[in-house]
Amino acid sequence: MAGKRIGRAVLSFFGQLGEVGLLAAAAFRGLFGRPWERRNFLLQLEEVGVRTVPVVTLTAAFGGLVFGLQTYSGFHRYIGPGTEAYGGSIISVGLVRELIPIWVSVMVSGRVASAMTAEIGTMRITEQVDALFSLGADPVKYLVVPRLAACLIMLPCLTLYGDLVGVFCGWLYNALMGVNSYVYVKNTLIYLEIWDLASGMIKALIFGAVIAVVACWNGLNAEGGAKGVGRATTRTVVVNAVSILILNFFLSKALPATLLPK
Amino acid sequence: MIGISGLHKSFGGNAVLRGVDLEVRRGETMVVIGQSGSGKSVLIKHLIGLMKPDRGTVRINGTDITRLKGQALQAVTRKVGMLFQAAALFDSMNVFQNVSFGLERQTHVAPAEVRERVRDSLRLVGLRDVEHLMPHELSGGMRKRVGLARAIAYRPEILLYDEPSTGIDPIRADAINGLINDLKRELKVTSVVITHDMASCYRVADRIAMLFEGRIVQIGTPREIRDSRDPVVQQFIRGEAEGPITEW
Repeated sequence: MAGKRIGRAVLSFFGQLGEVGLLAAAAFRGLFGRPWERRNFLLQLEEVGVRTVPVVTLTAAFGGLVFGLQTYSGFHRYIGPGTEAYGGSIISVGLVRELIPIWVSVMVSGRVASAMTAEIGTMRITEQVDALFSLGADPVKYLVVPRLAACLIMLPCLTLYGDLVGVFCGWLYNALMGVNSYVYVKNTLIYLEIWDLASGMIKALIFGAVIAVVACWNGLNAEGGAKGVGRATTRTVVVNAVSILILNFFLSKALPATLLPK
Repeated sequence: MIGISGLHKSFGGNAVLRGVDLEVRRGETMVVIGQSGSGKSVLIKHLIGLMKPDRGTVRINGTDITRLKGQALQAVTRKVGMLFQAAALFDSMNVFQNVSFGLERQTHVAPAEVRERVRDSLRLVGLRDVEHLMPHELSGGMRKRVGLARAIAYRPEILLYDEPSTGIDPIRADAINGLINDLKRELKVTSVVITHDMASCYRVADRIAMLFEGRIVQIGTPREIRDSRDPVVQQFIRGEAEGPITEW
């Protein structure tokens, strides 16, 4: 009995994974073909990008500050007073390669992807998605493609912006604690490569695709009234957060640590 | 005009349509009646390509749309307009944007003509000076009228009505029924109406088809349906709680 249930759950999981894959394929095809939903695309750029800036600013700023605090106290306590400036490279590389792409993506998932699912899910249960089709609009091109395009463009941009804010705040904490800024910045620049920034942005690009497709799929498959939309929205946030963390590990393994010759 | 043959559709293990056969002639209003949950909405969604059957064919002007997809399907369904049960207006758009939505996508018309056609469509459904209103500012009856204006804006040959009188008071329901008749007369459209409201049914129908247990059990004029000897049909049109439908 339990075996059957597990079997059904596994089949259902792979079935849904397949459906998400098909939606992703259709959406990526849609990126390169007419008609382009320019108005929707611009609205999504604003929603995903501009309106997420405040929350990314806060997250990256306090992330940078707390990372600065921990490296400062770690060096001060275990290596010795005067060595705190060496924390700059750790803060910068850690934030840029790992933490900022994750924080930004989780924030976008919580703020924007949940709204995407709720909006599309509501359209689904009130037959607005059917109405789109009946009026000659392909729901994937009209609803999914603009959201995917906006996430693909805005996630790397937000990540780059978060990198700047986070690294600045990491330095700011150390500077306020009396660390020599010249040594701090010099150490940072020795270890931080352009590739570190680029690899963080590559991760953000992939997370952006996952966030948009998962959000839209859950919305398009919402059923069961307001409760169903609520469930779909929760599922989007949970699946996206878990997927981002799992994918981040494999991307960190797959992306080379440096592009400089050994 | 519309030919449905051997249509089967199941959801999970639940067979909703079990071989529906139905012909709708050009210019007539066919009303499909049946209990809630009998598959009427599922049937109508097959006529516009929103659902694919497990088996069977749906022909619009001789073309089987069950085998079409993408642009080929939309080329045929462009001739079909639909009024959804709760109107399904796009709540992020105002009335003008809702009504012009299909018009702008399905035809290549100049903006000035779009404005003219939107005004004309709203006039046909008895609305004026509402273009700037948002759907949440409209009453239930007005929402249905705007939904209808949206469906007729690009002048389809076929109009599908999913429960047009549901969710509005009897007076407004009667006004909607009057509109269905007016549009048939003025636009010469073929109409398929899904309803379980017998007052609406008799007011608009040229012919009536009764859907029961996933099949059409009787087709006829309103008089033939009234005089039917089929106990299932009689129980339904009289709205009796006891009879073969409830025993089944």
